[in-house]
Amino acid sequence: MVNWIVKFFSRVGEPFTNALLKLGFASRFLIAILRHSTTALVRFRLTLREIWFAGVLSVLIIAVSGLFVGMVLALQGYDTLVRFGASSSLGILVALSLVRELGPVVGALLFASRAGSAITAEIGLMKATEQLSAMEMMAVNPIARVVAPKFWGGVISMPLLAAMFSAMGIFGGYIIGVQLLGLDAGSFWSQMQSAIDFQQDVLNGVIKSVFFGVAISLIAVFEGFDAPPTAEGVSGATTRTVVTSSLVILGLDVLLTAFMFRGV
Amino acid sequence: MPIPAVEFEQVRFAYGESEVLRDVSFTVARGEVVAVMGGSGSGKTTLLKLIGGQLRPKSGQVRVDGEAVGDLGESALYAMRRKLGMLFQFGALFTDLSVYENVAFPLRERLSLPESIVNDLVLMKLQAVGLRGAAQLMPNELSGGMARRVALARAIALDPLVMLYDEPFTGLDPISLGVTGKLIRELNDALGSASIVVTHDVAESLAIVDKVVFLADGVIVAHGTPDEVRASDLPFVKQFINSETDGPVPFHKPAAPYGEELGLEVVRG
Amino acid sequence: MKRGLIDFWVGLFVAAGIASLLFLALKVSSSSTLPKNQTYMLTANFENVGGLKTRAPIKSAGVVVGRVTRIALDQKTYMARVTMVLDKEYEFSRDTSAQILTSGLLGEQYIGLEPGADDKMLKDGDQLKITSSAVILEQLISRFLFSKAQEGGQATNNAPTNNAPEK
Repeated sequence: MVNWIVKFFSRVGEPFTNALLKLGFASRFLIAILRHSTTALVRFRLTLREIWFAGVLSVLIIAVSGLFVGMVLALQGYDTLVRFGASSSLGILVALSLVRELGPVVGALLFASRAGSAITAEIGLMKATEQLSAMEMMAVNPIARVVAPKFWGGVISMPLLAAMFSAMGIFGGYIIGVQLLGLDAGSFWSQMQSAIDFQQDVLNGVIKSVFFGVAISLIAVFEGFDAPPTAEGVSGATTRTVVTSSLVILGLDVLLTAFMFRGV
Repeated sequence: MPIPAVEFEQVRFAYGESEVLRDVSFTVARGEVVAVMGGSGSGKTTLLKLIGGQLRPKSGQVRVDGEAVGDLGESALYAMRRKLGMLFQFGALFTDLSVYENVAFPLRERLSLPESIVNDLVLMKLQAVGLRGAAQLMPNELSGGMARRVALARAIALDPLVMLYDEPFTGLDPISLGVTGKLIRELNDALGSASIVVTHDVAESLAIVDKVVFLADGVIVAHGTPDEVRASDLPFVKQFINSETDGPVPFHKPAAPYGEELGLEVVRG
Repeated sequence: MKRGLIDFWVGLFVAAGIASLLFLALKVSSSSTLPKNQTYMLTANFENVGGLKTRAPIKSAGVVVGRVTRIALDQKTYMARVTMVLDKEYEFSRDTSAQILTSGLLGEQYIGLEPGADDKMLKDGDQLKITSSAVILEQLISRFLFSKAQEGGQATNNAPTNNAPEK
């Protein structure tokens, strides 16, 4: 009986201990990355290549998704607002939801599945094919040469992509609201502008996306570096990157939103 | 007596509970090519990782050029590794860089040389492995043997004191095999370095090495020159050299009696 | 991918990102918080602030001159104490009155300032003495209904004192 209880609790406890252990390793990994970041910043071309890899290659999916999300928001929002005779507030609705929430969060989710998985796969494959070991034996630290540039590339790309997502979304809302539904362009923009506060809304959105960028990039490089050096290991790590990042983004979003907007 | 390039002194190593190396001692002098042979899982790759400082011995000392690798701090370790060159089993070329950039990689990362000198050095190293013509190709355009020669050119780019080869003959056709073996010997003589070749390939390695070390279950069971090894009557060495299926290294993994597991005993009884 | 081409695309990417941020900053939003050294602070006590929120605008003659920064209940007088920050550019006389108004019938509430005739100006930390509260729609309606009933009845003379307190 006692044995059974012990077994039960250790079965329940095991995932928690594992998660906690992993969190510890990831934190130590983050410190190692920060310690070895000088190369990535001094030889900025290395980071430039990673911005291209993580950022430029994600632009298309981010821009197109942003446009569509903005269009759908405008269509749905118009339908509701027009019942209250408030259709001129459509710009506020679209821009506020994008700038505060959807831009950073949906942008981050897309970034995690487009760029995060690619980063994990690339590092994982380099590990599986002993490229990282080879680098180490050539007295080149793989964290400084490979991991840190990828990390910073992701961190720099994320806020820019989130801003593009919001901007494209607002543009999509404009197309639907003004061009299709015939709202007045002047009041669309001016209502939006007077209702949205730069610090409270835009800046907080940008801060959110910076947090998400750090989280996704860290998870992606960590999972890649931690992956078992086999084909299954790398594919598993790629999946874990997307799943863990998505959960962390949504969890962080709750925390950050509660912290930023609790007074309003 | 000159300092040996690599020296193992009663090295013990274990992954957790399972001991991989027990009291391993041997030396490799400059100019020597030494083959380390043993079955799969006998701790050969661990040996290389101990020299490179990617693993540290539980007890004993691994010395490279007189420096105890296990005691070095991170920066000293990276400094020591400049004396090493390593050829990985499948080359481990950087897939996003061209052949030229792969060979230039250690030069660019470790030394700040003018571009013209880097260019000369890269072409020299590629010429040494006979692949100057492949300089602008990407690694995925190379055959296995060519990839390994490029990796070799990259490994010797900094003129290392010690060359480590991890299974350099695996998966090569007979021609590439001969070429690789010849290159290992020639480069070693030209650079005056010491080479350690971890391998299963008896015929090819006996032809080029000065000394052979046999590892089994983490212990050195035999060592000597190729001639001594060929003449050896130790059962393990004989089994390995003649590739017999059964001997001191058993064909069967220890198991319960065959008949018993099939349930035959019961029927007969 | 050639190096120059990567540089080009990354440059374009960063430029597009910054352009998006600028678009969000300049076209989509406006900054309501003024730099610290260009503002001064005033307070005012109201009987009732209704639906007034922090960051609501302060307007004079329809022009936004500041923002509400804090709304709190004064424990001694049980009045709402509103703290506001005004642009230094705009000065008001000491007998300026503050009124809580509503833009449109159901719009957001703001504070309207009505300048007086005093030649002394309000300074940082001063209090606006003359205030009038928010119009509470329910109270307005009940007052209207009551006066109608009074007209009809005519017998009673003393109006009950449930109307909104006014200062």
